[in-house]
Amino acid sequence: MTGKSVLKRLDWLTVLFYVLLLTIGWVNIYSSTFSESDSSIFDFGTLHGKQLFFILTSFASIIILLALEANFYERFSSVLYIISMVLLLGLFVFGKTIAGATSWYDLGFFNLQPSELAKVATALALAKYLSDIQTDIKRNKDQLYAFLIILIPAVLIIPQPDPGSALVFFSLSFVIFREGLPLYYLGIAFFAILVFVTTLMFGTIWITIGIALILILFFLLKKKKFKVPIIPMAITVILTILFSLSVDFVFNNVFEQRHRDRFGLWLRLEKDPAKLEKIRKTIGYNTYQSEKAIESGGFFGKGFLEGTRTKGDFVPEQHTDYIFSTVGEEWGFLGTATVVLLFTFLLLRLVYLSERQKTGFARMYGYGVISILLIHYFINIGMVIGVLPTIGIPLPFFSYGGSGLLFFTALLFIFLKLDANRLKEGI
Amino acid sequence: MKKLLLSSIIVIIGITFLGRLSYLQIFSFSPDQVLEDPAIKRVYDYPERGYIYDRNGKLLVGNDPAYDVMVIPREVRELDTLELCGLLKIDKEKFKKELRKARIYSPRLPSVFVPQLSKEDYAKLQEKMRHYKGFYIQKRSLRYYDTNSAANVLGYISEVNERDLAKNPYYVQGELTGRTGVEKVYEDILRGRKGVQYIQKDRFNRDIGPYKSGTLDTLPEQGYEINITIDKELQEYGERLMVGKWGGIVAIEPSSGEILSMISGPTYDPSLLVGRKRSANYSKLHYDSISKPTFDRSISFEKSPGSPFKAINALIALQEGAITPSTTFTCHHGFFIGRHKKGCHCGGGTRNLNNGIYLSCNAYFVGAYKKIFEQFPSNSEAMDAWEKHVKSFGLGSYLGSDLYTGRPGSVPSTDLYNKWYGVGDKRWSATTTYSNAIGQGEVNVTPIQLANMTAAIANRGHFFTPHVLKKVDGKKIDIPDFVEPKYTTIDKRHFEPVIQGMADVYHKGTARYVQIPDIEIAGKTGTVENYVKIDSVRTQLTDNSVFVAFAPVDNPKIAIAVYIQNGYYGSRYAGHIASLMIEKYIKREITRTDLEKRMLERTLEHEYAKPYSGKEFKINEYDWSKHSTKYKAENQSEQ
Repeated sequence: MTGKSVLKRLDWLTVLFYVLLLTIGWVNIYSSTFSESDSSIFDFGTLHGKQLFFILTSFASIIILLALEANFYERFSSVLYIISMVLLLGLFVFGKTIAGATSWYDLGFFNLQPSELAKVATALALAKYLSDIQTDIKRNKDQLYAFLIILIPAVLIIPQPDPGSALVFFSLSFVIFREGLPLYYLGIAFFAILVFVTTLMFGTIWITIGIALILILFFLLKKKKFKVPIIPMAITVILTILFSLSVDFVFNNVFEQRHRDRFGLWLRLEKDPAKLEKIRKTIGYNTYQSEKAIESGGFFGKGFLEGTRTKGDFVPEQHTDYIFSTVGEEWGFLGTATVVLLFTFLLLRLVYLSERQKTGFARMYGYGVISILLIHYFINIGMVIGVLPTIGIPLPFFSYGGSGLLFFTALLFIFLKLDANRLKEGI
Repeated sequence: MKKLLLSSIIVIIGITFLGRLSYLQIFSFSPDQVLEDPAIKRVYDYPERGYIYDRNGKLLVGNDPAYDVMVIPREVRELDTLELCGLLKIDKEKFKKELRKARIYSPRLPSVFVPQLSKEDYAKLQEKMRHYKGFYIQKRSLRYYDTNSAANVLGYISEVNERDLAKNPYYVQGELTGRTGVEKVYEDILRGRKGVQYIQKDRFNRDIGPYKSGTLDTLPEQGYEINITIDKELQEYGERLMVGKWGGIVAIEPSSGEILSMISGPTYDPSLLVGRKRSANYSKLHYDSISKPTFDRSISFEKSPGSPFKAINALIALQEGAITPSTTFTCHHGFFIGRHKKGCHCGGGTRNLNNGIYLSCNAYFVGAYKKIFEQFPSNSEAMDAWEKHVKSFGLGSYLGSDLYTGRPGSVPSTDLYNKWYGVGDKRWSATTTYSNAIGQGEVNVTPIQLANMTAAIANRGHFFTPHVLKKVDGKKIDIPDFVEPKYTTIDKRHFEPVIQGMADVYHKGTARYVQIPDIEIAGKTGTVENYVKIDSVRTQLTDNSVFVAFAPVDNPKIAIAVYIQNGYYGSRYAGHIASLMIEKYIKREITRTDLEKRMLERTLEHEYAKPYSGKEFKINEYDWSKHSTKYKAENQSEQ
């Protein structure tokens, strides 16, 4: 196979989305980190200069990724997975601590974050395991193995501590659902989250009243012939109420104060304006400033390099996790909507690509890529615009950071390589 | 179905995000977020604070220029710290601390680095200022006092604190606001409104012109000058008389309720609370827990009124028909409460209203008090009626004046005695509460309430809410609450006999040695038993000397109350001081210069030191060695 034919069969629409996101991202990093004394955009001493270097490095890596044989990824996925697990373990001994999290190896010129590599490796390994002819996802044992592949890196990452990245691995369970795990697992999880949140907001009493109302409605509206499964229903109701009762206990006794603060902030549990004002200056500072910056952008934004709050460094971590607030302030609703739409189109395009794969491995890896990108995008923007609690994970292709960009690029282009090869069965 | 799941999640997330973003950026967005935007610089133009004049147009408080050193931490470059510290008269620790504080407040907004430099320090600093990048000098005006008196009336101004900032969005850090007294109460009038210019800054923190072409800018509004009702000369004179004495003097013009002077002893020079020394001086004054110079005794010192209160009981008894001016009671050098004899200094004999008042006979007033109770079917109804009458003289309330502090005093009620002794006519009676008859019971008053009560008597039945504001911007104020008379519950006709008795206090009664030539005065002495808690032990100290008076009797120009702690007999200190004050106000000069000299020189410091001496001490001593024979006679007849 020649490089030329790969380029011909490459999905250029996805590449276009990728390049657009990268460009918009860099422009905003430039705006966030720009200062009057900087001489050139190629000054690698500055953060935007460094990011430009990482972008160029990513482009170079794409050439290598596309040049490798497609089945290399499938064959070496197990090895890659084991290597990345070893690297994660190694952090406990050799890790470098930045901002309280021991998540990096210091390579001198560059800090390597092995959890980023682990995301790619786990997506590959999971796809490989699920696509194995021996694996039957309807079997409990195989379900367990599949979940173990996800859980091992998550468990290794939580103590760093980096709960955000750990969450990313759980998102890979989408792949298992796509491949036949019963959906009610997902339903139960979703229902549990719903009960958890509503309990925090309204208390167990209202949950009980709510359930009672639903039951009354149900009995009034049901068809006469319909047989009510009394026992399972009663068990569900009792379990729900018990769970709701346990929420208070867990929230007050198991969670740490900072977790409580984040949930309290997210669900707007504090109503007293004086305390709210205080929260805005302490634990809620980031979220408040970020929302304010976005809000002040209005529909059209203040213009490139004109973001007054961005200039004043009002939003912390603005070039990394809070990069989206720069978009909001300087480019307004036009900018933010464009970014949201770009991500939506990219993800939908990837769903389409995955579904057209001929091999199970490629399809499942595709779903892995979507899951990982989606969870990053969902949690990051959700946090920045104040609809989700504060969980620090970067916005793919956008946030400042070398390892992140490199591995997101790898994640995406390995899939594009597989996609380009989908018609060459049996290699 | 499963194929669609992920796609639908992606779409739902997208819609949610777009919804939230349009809420933030389209619906919540308002184009006038200038006040919140940290990139819009506001430049303030401060108007001068209004001057304060006395009732005759004499200056009390003006302004002096002062200079604040400001800092913008972000713009600070390397500098000769030692030299700057020397010029600012601070040490290096303080320098670092202030810079850190400013940086925490904001690295790019100006903070006050050293407030209120003197003119001399400013002159030295000014030429060197250009060497210190990030520092600049802001001119501002400081209060200047053209008197060393009236600190308790005028109050003082100081920098706004966190609480002020939270309460009133007008203020920004470093601004000044009235803290107490007139400066606090009339802050809005005196301050004016600062003007604001909004300036757009670009990304290099350079000014690039007015924000929105200056359409939001405002011009400063001048603060108004005000006249207060205080008579500067009288106030200063009163404070001189109070040197070495603790207590309060309040003088009111009965026909208007205007407070002519309001003296608290000990007091302090208002200039102490200006400029850089303010906070050190304030601590010194505030933490003097023995003499308490910042405690305004003229409006906050609550004590038994003593005998002046007998005038109120006489009026109530007349009003309720319990007595007529000719009703008599016999004084057996005292009177009986059950089997216990209580003393009286009046000399004994048959007493009617007139000599009951001018000789201050306890037996007479206890008798009259009991008669009041006999007018009612039950003790509680009698008490209710009595309480209502007393309160109509403004006792037991804050009076609604425009003074910043104050205390309400207390007037006993049926509820109080029901709580103490139990409910029912048998539990308590006029006999139980007889102390109220002679002003020693559960009635507590402040000097200003005493003065107001006296004004109500002088007006024969009404008073005007005491106040200190006279004019704003040269125009007489027209505040309904201050110009409408408040009527007492006593008919006008009952006042004359009582006032006659009070006038006779001067002619032949307890104050006959303090007459003023050519001025007809009505007054009432009081010698009040004085109990205080020292280390939670109830201890009796030397009696308080009290005097109330108004003059001239027929056309009252001044009503005054003088309350001197531990001054012993009513006329000994309070009476003399009151007569000097009246003479000063009406004649503008003192003819009795030897009396004046004596009052200015005498102090009661030895009395105030007694409870803190740690030794046993005597109270109510005649210190004969200090008085000439002439005053011996006076002291014997003071009672």
